[in-house]
Amino acid sequence: MNTAPSHEVLSAPLVVEFPFTRSLGPVQSAFLTGLRERTVLGVRASDGRTLVPPTEYDPVTAEEIRDLVEVGQAGTVTTWCWNGSPRRGQPLRHPFAWVLVRLDGADTALLHALDAPDGPDSVRTGMRVRIRWAEERGGAITDIACFEPDREGGTRPPARPAPHTGEFTDPVTGIVAHARLDYTYTPGRAQTRYLEALAEHRTMGERCPRCRKVYVPPRGACPTCGVPTREQVEVGPAGTVTTFCVVNIKAKGLDIEVPYVYAHIALDGAGLALHGRIGGIPYDQVRMGLRVEPVWTGSGRYPDHYRPTGEPDAPYQTYKELL
Amino acid sequence: MTSREARSVAVVAVAQTDHVRAADGLSEVEMLLPVLRDVLGRTGLSAGEIDFTCSGSSDYLAGRPFSFTMALDGVGAWPPISESHVEMDGAFAVYEAWVKILTGEADTALVYAYGKSSAGDLPEVLTRQLDPYYLAPLWPDSVALAALQARALIDAGGTDERELAQVAARSRRAARDNPHARLRGSPDAGTLLESDYLARPLRRHDLPPVTDGAAAVVLAAGEVAHRLTGPDRRPAWIRGMDHRVEPHGLGLRDLTDSPSTRLSAAHAGLFDEGAPPCEVAELHAPFTAQEVILRKALRLGEETVVNPSGGPLAANPVMAAGLLRIGEAAARIGRGECRRAVAHATSGPCLQQNLVAVLEADGPAEGGESA
Repeated sequence: MNTAPSHEVLSAPLVVEFPFTRSLGPVQSAFLTGLRERTVLGVRASDGRTLVPPTEYDPVTAEEIRDLVEVGQAGTVTTWCWNGSPRRGQPLRHPFAWVLVRLDGADTALLHALDAPDGPDSVRTGMRVRIRWAEERGGAITDIACFEPDREGGTRPPARPAPHTGEFTDPVTGIVAHARLDYTYTPGRAQTRYLEALAEHRTMGERCPRCRKVYVPPRGACPTCGVPTREQVEVGPAGTVTTFCVVNIKAKGLDIEVPYVYAHIALDGAGLALHGRIGGIPYDQVRMGLRVEPVWTGSGRYPDHYRPTGEPDAPYQTYKELL
Repeated sequence: MTSREARSVAVVAVAQTDHVRAADGLSEVEMLLPVLRDVLGRTGLSAGEIDFTCSGSSDYLAGRPFSFTMALDGVGAWPPISESHVEMDGAFAVYEAWVKILTGEADTALVYAYGKSSAGDLPEVLTRQLDPYYLAPLWPDSVALAALQARALIDAGGTDERELAQVAARSRRAARDNPHARLRGSPDAGTLLESDYLARPLRRHDLPPVTDGAAAVVLAAGEVAHRLTGPDRRPAWIRGMDHRVEPHGLGLRDLTDSPSTRLSAAHAGLFDEGAPPCEVAELHAPFTAQEVILRKALRLGEETVVNPSGGPLAANPVMAAGLLRIGEAAARIGRGECRRAVAHATSGPCLQQNLVAVLEADGPAEGGESA
């Protein structure tokens, strides 16, 4: 079904990392600051339940809720499962149980890890556990290092938790949540063909069978007609600057002197312009209609930039539909 | 909301990929495009003749920002089309399209969804949908959360490991008749129970297979639906549809029950007095214990065949798996194999949000606009 020569599809590791900076509401702030101070706070809901971890709004009525109470640091497992192969970022590095724990004085349960050195056979719903605090605490759910079995027993505080102001010195007002996800990126058939041709210093587009437009770079489908594009068409190597801008801000990690020109370039035979950097000419002499060609440097798999060919400028009529 | 006094809307065409572990030779649009061609081909419509297009997908699956705009290349969006997207399962895009048609703003809608889970580590990716303050920093993976739910159900006497193994075996054996499914066939429950735990109380068979795939449906109103369905098929009329959400805090919920499913089903007309029982239920229960919870919430009895397609335990293309439930139920009505079916889709951890659609073979009379 594929008219193009078959290639092994390219793939490459792709890491997506993002630190989210999040502000806290007053209840979340009191709760997380409390953890830093080895104090566990809940919030009283409108139906009288004590919610731990606490929410800013009532889960039933959506009212703001602010009545904080201090609950116990031991509690009861309401459900659990065994995690034999901990993943990156999880609370413990050795096998542990995930648990939902209802702390003494709370009516809802908190998710965390249970360090159970005696293995899964030592864990059961209803077992008593207590908080093991992290040695370094900064106001985050991870200030609880994990839970551990509570072998002492009989340390239950009064059933009704005591009111708490929620006031601490130097309260935590925000958290930075780091996230990292690892992917294997595969560009698919069309872009693999395009990238492999580029590495051989050829620019290959794909022609739509319906509207005959040649897409560069190709993505395997004509976005206008919604049909597959399979006919391979070599375009360029030279092309015409259809429009451009002068970049005056140095991008992080990019070793290019500013100012430089970034342009839309319609390669000869292409049905739309691609973009690239213009070099080999002072930035203030770049113009619409300038004829350019790609420059490969070293072992680069794609053009480093485009430079003037020295041909006369292309007349506006020849590229006005490609702007 | 029910469609009783409003326009009648039907699913008139369904298409899906053959679901695979990793479609790593294809970009998302390359994976999706044949499904779009297929579903439109069944109606004889071109993309430009569709009044409204709505899709469901998530950039987090493949780690590609704005992947849904790239997927639009497969639709043919010029001249500009009326289009929308949900960062949810495609079943929720069906809901949006259904409402759009009910309001009279559209007579036809194309709904599609796709997911390439193979690009990342799915259980880890799904941790990023959790509460960022109390849950996400602990990186609790989707399998662990499902296992907590299964344990809660077992401890409450709602199921046991043998029943869960039976759900797995029944689903994958049913998928023998589904050429699109990824897992087709299973050892019996007794053999499954001999395997080691993966996340006690769950074993490998309690989990859905990581799957790449896509699905699409076309919806149409009243007379148009009759016209587009063709002579050898019948429209699957959406009798009602609703979706409801529960609190995100896992410890705030009773994990052994699904009140949001029950309420959605009531609003969708599943429990209507005098309504005949559903012959088929397509349930979006990626983990075995979730099927047990959903059966109870939907009050399904012996007369209802659950997941004859194999369900998400046989193929689970995330973001399309819920849409597939609507598609599979509609296709069964379309082929004349049943007259009333219920489709369910879920989103979030431990059945947090649930959508229920009731589909029926009996719609408005030919030429009529309402039932």
